Amino acid sequence: MEQRENENLLSVRNLEISYETDSGKVYAVNNVDLDLCRGETLGLVGETGAGKTTISLGIMGLVPNPPGKIRNGEIFLEGQDLLKTSEHEMRKIRGKKISMIFQDPMTSLNPIDTVGEQIAEVILLHEKCSRAEAHRKAIDMMEMVGIPGERFGEYPHQFSGGMKQRIVIAIALACQPELLIADEPTTALDVTIQAQVLEMMDGLKKKLGTSMILITHDLGIVAETCDRVAIIYAGEIVETGTVEHIFDFTMHPYTKGLFGSLPSVAGEAKRLTPIPGMMPNPMELPKGCKFAPRCQYKTARCEEEQPVLAEMTPGHLVRCFAVQDGTCQPERQKEEEL
Amino acid sequence: MLLKFVVKRILWLIPVLLGVSLLIFTIMYFAPGDPARQILGDGATVEAIAEKREELGLNDPFIVQYGRYMYNLIFHGDLGTSYATSTPVSDAIVQRYPNTLILASLATLFMILIGIPLGIISALKQYSWMDKVCSVVGMVGVSMPTFWLGLLLIMIFALNLRILPASGFYGPRYWILPAFSIGFCSAAGLMRVTRSSMLEVVRQDYIRTARAKGQKEGVIIRHHMLRNAMIPILTNIGLQFGILLAGSMVTETIFAVPGIGKYLIDSVNGRDYPAAQSAVLVVSASYCLVNLLVDVLYAFIDPRIKSQYQGSSKKKAKKGVEANGTAEE
Repeated sequence: MEQRENENLLSVRNLEISYETDSGKVYAVNNVDLDLCRGETLGLVGETGAGKTTISLGIMGLVPNPPGKIRNGEIFLEGQDLLKTSEHEMRKIRGKKISMIFQDPMTSLNPIDTVGEQIAEVILLHEKCSRAEAHRKAIDMMEMVGIPGERFGEYPHQFSGGMKQRIVIAIALACQPELLIADEPTTALDVTIQAQVLEMMDGLKKKLGTSMILITHDLGIVAETCDRVAIIYAGEIVETGTVEHIFDFTMHPYTKGLFGSLPSVAGEAKRLTPIPGMMPNPMELPKGCKFAPRCQYKTARCEEEQPVLAEMTPGHLVRCFAVQDGTCQPERQKEEEL
Repeated sequence: MLLKFVVKRILWLIPVLLGVSLLIFTIMYFAPGDPARQILGDGATVEAIAEKREELGLNDPFIVQYGRYMYNLIFHGDLGTSYATSTPVSDAIVQRYPNTLILASLATLFMILIGIPLGIISALKQYSWMDKVCSVVGMVGVSMPTFWLGLLLIMIFALNLRILPASGFYGPRYWILPAFSIGFCSAAGLMRVTRSSMLEVVRQDYIRTARAKGQKEGVIIRHHMLRNAMIPILTNIGLQFGILLAGSMVTETIFAVPGIGKYLIDSVNGRDYPAAQSAVLVVSASYCLVNLLVDVLYAFIDPRIKSQYQGSSKKKAKKGVEANGTAEE
């Protein structure tokens, strides 16, 4: 166990995060384990509200408190437990070792500071250098993400959405972090810009040797950029494995449902098969398997007992009784559909 | 570009002040009461009053009276002669205006020092006991009349503790009590504006971005939050300061401050037309100037507003070029 944690950049164990609201406790993240090696990209996939963003905020130590609270778990970054680290130390880690790209570039930049200053801010915080040097580095970063350096003194409102996201990426990568958490980095962008931004991120990540957690609900993006995938449902990992595992041996009924609801570009147009029902209310999660109410393989046991995340083939873990006893067989996704 | 905006706004002052002068002149003209009788007293004969009216030009038509007043004001810079004291009104205003300016500035300073920190605290600690304490302080400030607080302060600091003077306006020690009583009562409004404006900002995504950079909480509050929340706060400060520049009658009376507010009320009561008109003109001019200052400060806080100012003049320039083009054709 010790050995394994050392080669991992990031290990999350038994992470539980909840939000206390007036109407009750929201169980946003339940018992999540994650591992990330250096240079690897992990995709976190799930519906809106599945708890993906809360997991990443938990890793950053930025869960808004109140109402959010990390109730249990350990988050190791290079062997250091971030949950036991003081706020003062966390500030040195944030932006330097872990940085994050947020979903909406339109609102992620401070409207009253020039974009250059906003990049220089993070450099000044973490590197011992003069203001002039930080400015020069910020200009370098802007060039790196494909924005001319002379736009250093311009304000966010003078940039388009795609350009703003590039600035946000420049801020995140300015101090060459070990871990980059990208929370749906392309959701707010035009489809034409999405590919550009993803390609750029992937290139920069390889160039700088950064590990990445990519949060998305787009399985196409996952296939292109990720090494490993974790499928999140109602705050739990229901299936995790390499991209090949997930795409070639799709096991969990929920993951199959996700693929079923993807429109196919190639081949003849057919009706999409959406997953029936809604995600359970995170205030009143089902007693047994959280996916049981929507699952076609549901048995009496599923409603009573909570399945564990069991290793089906090496590295491929699934949380489902039907898979474990063989009633639900692996499925291969057709490549042209993605 | 900003200079152009300022000059344009200052030029706009002229029609505004003309309008104000006409309005106040009309109101005074139709107001009941006779200045001649006020000057001569109740025992004066009808003939003496008629003579006085003729002397003051009060029998002339409205237009003639207004024209005479404006002519003297514009071409001689003369604000008229007070009926009550027979001295130039400008002398009285020059004497009293600095007092009001000092009182208003100091009161605004107190207001800022109390209102903004309390507002920030109650926004950051929303729904906590600190927020509730601040709300109570704010409520007390809003509901407490300034004169009552003034009297209370006089009782405590002048009569019991004997550390500050109770009345007069002869130096910094005299300024504290009146300025504080006005400042505290206005602080409540500013606190509430600060709180709501900050609450809007604290949950913004760019605050999360700043935290994700590893920025210190103090810098986040001062720079990222407060500066973004500043526009409504600044508007409120400007409005309050403008109102205070018109003088605060009640406070000036309690603390015997020879300010413009008391002068204005006395002039109106005494039917001292030139004094009242001129005092109102000065007060409105300063109110407009404060508003202009606030508008200019906006541009320094928010680059989007700055580019708006610049954008509007650029657009004008473009229109000008187009107009020239069509003229040539």
